[in-house]
Amino acid sequence: MSHADDAPTVPSRRDFLKTSTAAAVATGFVRVPGAWAAGSDAIRVGLIGCGGRGTGAAENVLSAAPGVKLVAMGDAFKDRLEASRAELLKNPKLASLIDVTPERSFVGLDAFQKVIASDVDYIILATPPGFRPEHLQAAVAAGKNIFAEKPLAVDGPGIRSVLETYEQAKAKNLAVMGGTQRRHSNGYIETMKRVHDGAIGDLQAARCYWNQGALWNKPRQAEWSDLEWQMRNWLYFTWLSGDHIVEQHIHNLDVVNWAMNAHPAKALGLGGRQVRTGPEWGHIFDHFTVDYEYPSGAHLLSMCRQMPGTEGRVGEDLQGTLGACATSQDAKRYIITGKNEWRLSPDQVGVDPYVQEHTDLIASIRAGKPLNELKTVAESTLTAIMGRMSAYTGQSVTWEQALNSQQALVPPSGQLAWGPMPVPPVAEPGKTELV
Amino acid sequence: MDFEKIVCVTVALGLGMAPAVSGRAADPPADMKPYAETIPGTSVTFEMVPVAGGTFRMGSPASEAGRSEDEGPQHEVALGPFWIGKLEVTWREYDKFWLDMSVVQASYTSEIKAAGVDALTRPTPPYADESFGFGKGKQPVISVGHHAAMEYARWLSRKTGKVYRLPTEAEWEYACRAGATNAYSFGDDPATLGDYAWSAGNSDGQPRPVGGKKPNAWGLFDMHGNAAEWVLDLHQKDAYKARAGKPALGPVVLPTEHTYPHVVRGGSWDHDAPTLRCAARMASRGEWNRRDPQRPQSIWWLTDATFVGFRLVRPLEEQKDLVGLRSRVTKDSP
Repeated sequence: MSHADDAPTVPSRRDFLKTSTAAAVATGFVRVPGAWAAGSDAIRVGLIGCGGRGTGAAENVLSAAPGVKLVAMGDAFKDRLEASRAELLKNPKLASLIDVTPERSFVGLDAFQKVIASDVDYIILATPPGFRPEHLQAAVAAGKNIFAEKPLAVDGPGIRSVLETYEQAKAKNLAVMGGTQRRHSNGYIETMKRVHDGAIGDLQAARCYWNQGALWNKPRQAEWSDLEWQMRNWLYFTWLSGDHIVEQHIHNLDVVNWAMNAHPAKALGLGGRQVRTGPEWGHIFDHFTVDYEYPSGAHLLSMCRQMPGTEGRVGEDLQGTLGACATSQDAKRYIITGKNEWRLSPDQVGVDPYVQEHTDLIASIRAGKPLNELKTVAESTLTAIMGRMSAYTGQSVTWEQALNSQQALVPPSGQLAWGPMPVPPVAEPGKTELV
Repeated sequence: MDFEKIVCVTVALGLGMAPAVSGRAADPPADMKPYAETIPGTSVTFEMVPVAGGTFRMGSPASEAGRSEDEGPQHEVALGPFWIGKLEVTWREYDKFWLDMSVVQASYTSEIKAAGVDALTRPTPPYADESFGFGKGKQPVISVGHHAAMEYARWLSRKTGKVYRLPTEAEWEYACRAGATNAYSFGDDPATLGDYAWSAGNSDGQPRPVGGKKPNAWGLFDMHGNAAEWVLDLHQKDAYKARAGKPALGPVVLPTEHTYPHVVRGGSWDHDAPTLRCAARMASRGEWNRRDPQRPQSIWWLTDATFVGFRLVRPLEEQKDLVGLRSRVTKDSP
């Protein structure tokens, strides 16, 4: 945010800002002229989950296309909802697009039902991912289009629910987007086009990484119940986040699945909790390494770590019979080496993928050809869950075992109440059972 | 000796000298020596080089190739003596700050008030590898916001008991020129730029370890290129117009509570030659953080400015308008 800025713009080589015209071209969707100019297909957005990402997604959708309004918000916590609304209203470009009255502001564990029941047609699901399957099911049952943040579930039962919801959404012709924004980033799209066209030959192996420092933590307040403390620190509880391999590393696993046009058949993972050992960090691990095996026989080495002061790396590397490919969203690096050398010109990096995913989704709704990414992102989510299950138990885990797992980590929302909620024990490979 | 007296002396010295002499404008006071300082409690050191006070012509002539309007008019500036970092601040140094657990993590006005308004604050972590894929160690710190750079300087000042801060835009250009009046500190021909600088032309798309190229005449490395460098000033397109006619003493456009636009100097590994010129001014923009998916966005990290870092100065005697200056940016900033 700032006052008017008439400063000269000196774009760095990779800092070219594409206009919305370019955005429309990149999507490949043709707008129906005048389709929303008359306000006939205005999109009324309801936001469920008003944290930093939900608030960001609300701003993204309002910037993604004309004719979009934010009209309802819901969160478990009043302070989060109010801070989110205030933050959005700070942006003068967006204020006129926000019409969230007190009657359409909902607080509590059932806020999601109230947002879905209000007069909205585009729902953003940005609560902790443990709640996602139930929220997806409810929103599709109510006939809403959905932007769901990744990951889509934290356990096998959640994935099975999402796959059922996928079929229902398809039957109802609803648009559902999965929040793995790399699939809507021009850099990745251009790279994958080449990989799928054989630029590096047959894929033989892959590596992917999300190694970084620690993330935020909210110190426990005396008045917080167990449930409130866990939900406000949801990253650190497997029932809420899926652990960081699911919550964060899914992005990179999704890219490799995309490249392979497949999901792995099997995972053998190691992991533990070495640095982040205090109770404020819940019970999740702080590092995982997983060897995934695809049906083709190709292996994927996956690494993720959240430890301050350690070497960082976020990206994906593919090895094929004719060459290799390296991608990094952060560094805007998209490179193919070997027989068919190629490098994405920095000025082709394109628009903000966090806006682009909404642009694509809205364009698909307006064109009557709704995108539905639920199955794809559910598979990438399960890829991560399978790796976690293997690392937690110390056993190799097959796709079927992960998919058919009977371990339901998330209580149905109707059974949740502010009050005691014991922290599960830290998983112990060799002792923690594969369920 | 206070700032005004030093400036008077140095102005006199400067005006008495033949103009456009390459090399030192004057020797620094005898008690100003180059020194290396170890960040207390760590094994990490950094080096500071003394720069004599003096005068110089700030900005570029209308005839200079590749210039922008905001680089003019050229005007006389007088500065007191200061030390400046021989190198850009590296990740080795910055990690000691941002991973310093004795410092509170705070971004909001309310959090800062709770911690005590004078409390040092350190960055809240990004949802990313903070090196943004470019490595750490002796690489220049990059992708950090103006607020973060100012807080780093405040932290270092508290640790060392000396005043470290971002250079003013004038100090930066004076140090970059090192006596030269040309487009670059080494002359006007960008063909030689590769001897002195990492730019888009030779960086192979990444920042490089600091100090890898030739220094300028005052012994400063990477003033052109590698990381572009934050200075203190808020960017005003017509800032120089008000200074025309008489020597400006320690000019600076003080930062406010706004997160941008601040001035960035020197160009980077990701910029082409004209942006690396001594007088070239870049202004930060909101787009430099456009892929930060959180709201409010971070005031510490910039997802789309992997080219920006900084170096520090230490004034011999702080100019009055900068005494006690600290960043007023918070996540509540307008």
